[in-house]
Amino acid sequence: MRISKSPWLLHYDGSSCNGCDIEVLATTAPRFDIERFGIINTGNPRHADIFLCTGGVNSQNQDVVRQIYDQMPDPKVVLACGICACDGGIFKDCYNILGGTDTVIPVDVYVPGCAVRPEALIDGVVKALKILDEKNEKMKRGEYRSLTSSEYAAKINGDVKEAGDSEGEEKTDA
Amino acid sequence: MTTYSLISVILYLILSPVIACLFSGVDRIVTARMQGRRGPKLLQPFYDIMKLFSKENTSVNEIQKILVMAHCFFAVFSGAIFFAGEDILLVLFALTMAEVFLILAAYSVNAAYSEIGAQRELLQMMAYEPMTLLTAVGFYLSVGSFKVGDIIRSDVPLIVKMPGFFLGFCFILVIKFRKSPFDLATSHHAHQEVIKGLTGDLAGPAYGFSELAELYEEILMLGMAGLFFISSDKISIIWAACAVVILLFCMSLVDNIFPRVKWESLLKSSWIVTLFAGGANLVILSLVR
Amino acid sequence: MPELAFLILFPFATAFILFFLKRDSKVRSFFVFFGAFGELAASICFAVDSLLHRDLEMGTFFLPDTHFSDMIMAAVEVCLMLIVFFLSIKYKKYFVILLSAFGTIPAVYLDFSGISETTASHIKVDYLTMIMILVVGIVGSLICVYAVGYIRDYHHHHKEFKDRSGYFLSMLFVFLGAMMGLISSDNLMWMYFFWEITSVCSFLLIGYSRTSEAVTNSFRALWMNLLGGCGFMAAIIFCICVMEITNISQLLVFATLPSMAVFPVAMLSFAALTKSAQMPFSRWLLGAMVAPTPTSALLHSATMVKAGVYLLLRLSPMMGGSEVGIMVTVIGGFTFFAASLLAITVTDGKKVLAYSTISNLGLITAAAGCGLPEAVWAGIMLLIFHAVTKSMMFMSVGAYENSTGSRDVEDMHGMIVRYPRLAFVMTIGIFGMSVVPMGMCVAKWAALKAFIDSGYVYLTMFLCFGSATTLFYWVKWLGKIFSVSRGSMKHEYTVCFSEWLSIYPLSFIAVFLCIVYPLISRFAVVPYIQNAFSGSLSRFVTAAFPDSTIVPASSGTVAAISTEDFVIMGVMLICMCILPLAMRFVNSVQERRVLSYMSGFNAGDDRSFYDSFGEERGQYLSNWYMQDLFGEKKILTGCLILTAVFLICIMASCAVGGLFL
Repeated sequence: MRISKSPWLLHYDGSSCNGCDIEVLATTAPRFDIERFGIINTGNPRHADIFLCTGGVNSQNQDVVRQIYDQMPDPKVVLACGICACDGGIFKDCYNILGGTDTVIPVDVYVPGCAVRPEALIDGVVKALKILDEKNEKMKRGEYRSLTSSEYAAKINGDVKEAGDSEGEEKTDA
Repeated sequence: MTTYSLISVILYLILSPVIACLFSGVDRIVTARMQGRRGPKLLQPFYDIMKLFSKENTSVNEIQKILVMAHCFFAVFSGAIFFAGEDILLVLFALTMAEVFLILAAYSVNAAYSEIGAQRELLQMMAYEPMTLLTAVGFYLSVGSFKVGDIIRSDVPLIVKMPGFFLGFCFILVIKFRKSPFDLATSHHAHQEVIKGLTGDLAGPAYGFSELAELYEEILMLGMAGLFFISSDKISIIWAACAVVILLFCMSLVDNIFPRVKWESLLKSSWIVTLFAGGANLVILSLVR
Repeated sequence: MPELAFLILFPFATAFILFFLKRDSKVRSFFVFFGAFGELAASICFAVDSLLHRDLEMGTFFLPDTHFSDMIMAAVEVCLMLIVFFLSIKYKKYFVILLSAFGTIPAVYLDFSGISETTASHIKVDYLTMIMILVVGIVGSLICVYAVGYIRDYHHHHKEFKDRSGYFLSMLFVFLGAMMGLISSDNLMWMYFFWEITSVCSFLLIGYSRTSEAVTNSFRALWMNLLGGCGFMAAIIFCICVMEITNISQLLVFATLPSMAVFPVAMLSFAALTKSAQMPFSRWLLGAMVAPTPTSALLHSATMVKAGVYLLLRLSPMMGGSEVGIMVTVIGGFTFFAASLLAITVTDGKKVLAYSTISNLGLITAAAGCGLPEAVWAGIMLLIFHAVTKSMMFMSVGAYENSTGSRDVEDMHGMIVRYPRLAFVMTIGIFGMSVVPMGMCVAKWAALKAFIDSGYVYLTMFLCFGSATTLFYWVKWLGKIFSVSRGSMKHEYTVCFSEWLSIYPLSFIAVFLCIVYPLISRFAVVPYIQNAFSGSLSRFVTAAFPDSTIVPASSGTVAAISTEDFVIMGVMLICMCILPLAMRFVNSVQERRVLSYMSGFNAGDDRSFYDSFGEERGQYLSNWYMQDLFGEKKILTGCLILTAVFLICIMASCAVGGLFL
């Protein structure tokens, strides 16, 4: 059985303007009905497979993002939803904003948009599912373990990050 | 233990996850349709459980996982006693013990959400336990035995003699099935009551075990509901099956209609129902006897 | 007879010696160990010997002529009265004098005037006596052993109290001796004598620390018990003067309760209710919590309160269906439920135990009151299991208090890591009190069946609701113990050797009993019931439950718990026992340790989190106590008034019916 048949999703709102969050909620509501794909919007990282992040990361919530990410059991994928989550967006130059989600944790799929549309979101999740399955396969063979947030921090120190590189991280992990 | 009961226990052990998954799948589809959605696939609950078992092992401490496994074991065990046709009180006591282990698992992680969930679960137990015990008492009064094997051989379907007990039992079944309005401790699928309450710190296989236990428990509770309809007449099995299906549908309906209540209302309402529906029926049965 | 005399007098002798050994020394410890283990061995020897050689069916009788010892008893009773007089005047509680005089003066008069002289035996040993001797002998002695180390630590922690530990230990032994006397007496006057000793003795023990709270509580215990004593005395006077009998076994010859015997049985039951701290009188037992732990353990588990239910169980065959039976079952059943509700709302560990004791005694009382063989079976089993488990719980709470300075349940958070051995013992205790393969729940199960058969619908309801509430307060306590705080360490024990010496054997017995209770049932409880109900058995078989076999002596269990059930429970017990082993196995699988979920705000561990200012804050997790719903302030007074009114009404009707009709 493919693990992607039952992807449970965790939605975290960083420092967004809440536009994306409204779209995310709309996606889970009857009109778009993501439960069709077996997706459940869980509230708890322990139960989640997909980490859906909206908004940028600021100096206050960076540890929260790290911790939630670390508490998710493998295999897991991270979605940066909306332009703020991708690279900081309109808030990028604010005094408290560190940047996109990938400044603290490895991101697998970037879904751009301001705000991100439900269609784009669903598309992003479907992309993420493929990655999730691949990770699961590798994990079963014992070849893969996702980076913890501290390992990731060590890795990107000095690295120049390219915004919009949608599949950068998980390839290098293997 | 006769061959017959052995077979039924084996069937219970093998079939209940399958049947309970199907029930749950139908429930989710029905719920979705009530809300004007398409809903997941029929086998979705099965996929969910399989996924949980294939995920990484993480835990908060050394004792969490063993406690959940003990919970699962005793839940299955109590169902096995039931389907072996043994004493129904013993079934309930074993089930209580299973619940105690799950609560201990939630307590052991020392986290706010889990602990709130654990205490709510305890409260739920306090709310439904009088009624489950009374139901057993009702069976004893109308059949003269606590043995499930004897209860299914009664002359008439017991619902005739114990409608009050049945009413009370259906009421607490809502708590047992973790359906709104009584899903305080933890809830099903898309609900997120206090971040999934007492399962809040269970991940991967450990969570899988607790879900599996719930499937077995669900079949056990449905079995108990079926006892109200089964008599020595073979055709009554069909009636019991129909009743169980209708009951399940009503559960989905209730789940969709009612908002979650506060814990005080849960405790008071279930005790009042127990006292009046169960108590009145108990008095009548004792007098008739 | 000499063995029995030894059982009764040996503790008194030990007490006498200890009274003069005021300082803590090796010699004193030796005498306590010697006295306690001597008593323990003697009670076991006596029980085994009785089982093999005596006729326990009908009871073995001793001492027909006791003029001399009667005189001594009268003298001692006067002394006790004078002690009470002196202390009442000293602490200005004058009404207690009246109660004491009302009980004692008639007793002394009866003794000296020769009215109470009888040729019937004063001592009788049957199966129930033997069971009680074993319970008191084993549990009571182990409590005395525990007291040696405990009282040393107690004075180490409480420098403000005067060290009167020699007196304390000697009182414990007096208590033990009085209890032995009480359970083996058949003569009502003798029983009354020992009854009064336990009352006064508990008064002295509760007031041990001499704080104003202790004094108030001890006087409350005293007046309630003396009130019961007055009831006892009234029953004796009626028995001797009207019915012309002096022994309890002469009272029990009636198959049903004749109208003539209503009054004495009601009065004796009343005395028993006060002693067992049933609802209108429950407050003395809660007050007794100010005393050092061995007192609580001795008062609550093995002795004092058990004397009351013992008397009720003796009277049980007469009570079924009668007015007195209704009084006892309603009070007992209600107390079972109400006390368990109240136990939810208190945080003090000893108070929880006290309420739980009151609640369980209520169940035994109710079982005795409904007067069915099965119910009495359940009652006796409850009594045994409760004595062992509860004393163990008290002792481990006491040991925990000496180690940490707190006995609050909230402070037992994470005990499993900090004090694993104590936590293990407590876990056995709590499981023993609340879930099924363990003793208490099995007996409760039998009681449930008996209650249904008895036709007392309200008892069934009380039991169903009460067991749900009972589970709540035990499991939340257990949950506290099991909460593992990350990074907490094992602490040093200050629990001393003598405390382990009593806690370990008791926890072993608690588990062991779950396996061997069918044997106890077969060789002691069932024979007793067969004999006690021989007169009335046929009545019950035809009337109450035609389709159940009451006493299948072959399997050793009553019909409520069949052999198959026993096997299933055995499997459950084994599964529970292999859990710790299974844990090793499960933990051998590699897994990642993560922080517990706190919305991602954990500050490095799971004990603190970052608040909205980014500062670290400790997390405090508290249990539910639901004081707004049924706290002590809310329902206690109401419950007491309700039961008191009920008791007065029934007692009045019994008195009117018994005395004038």
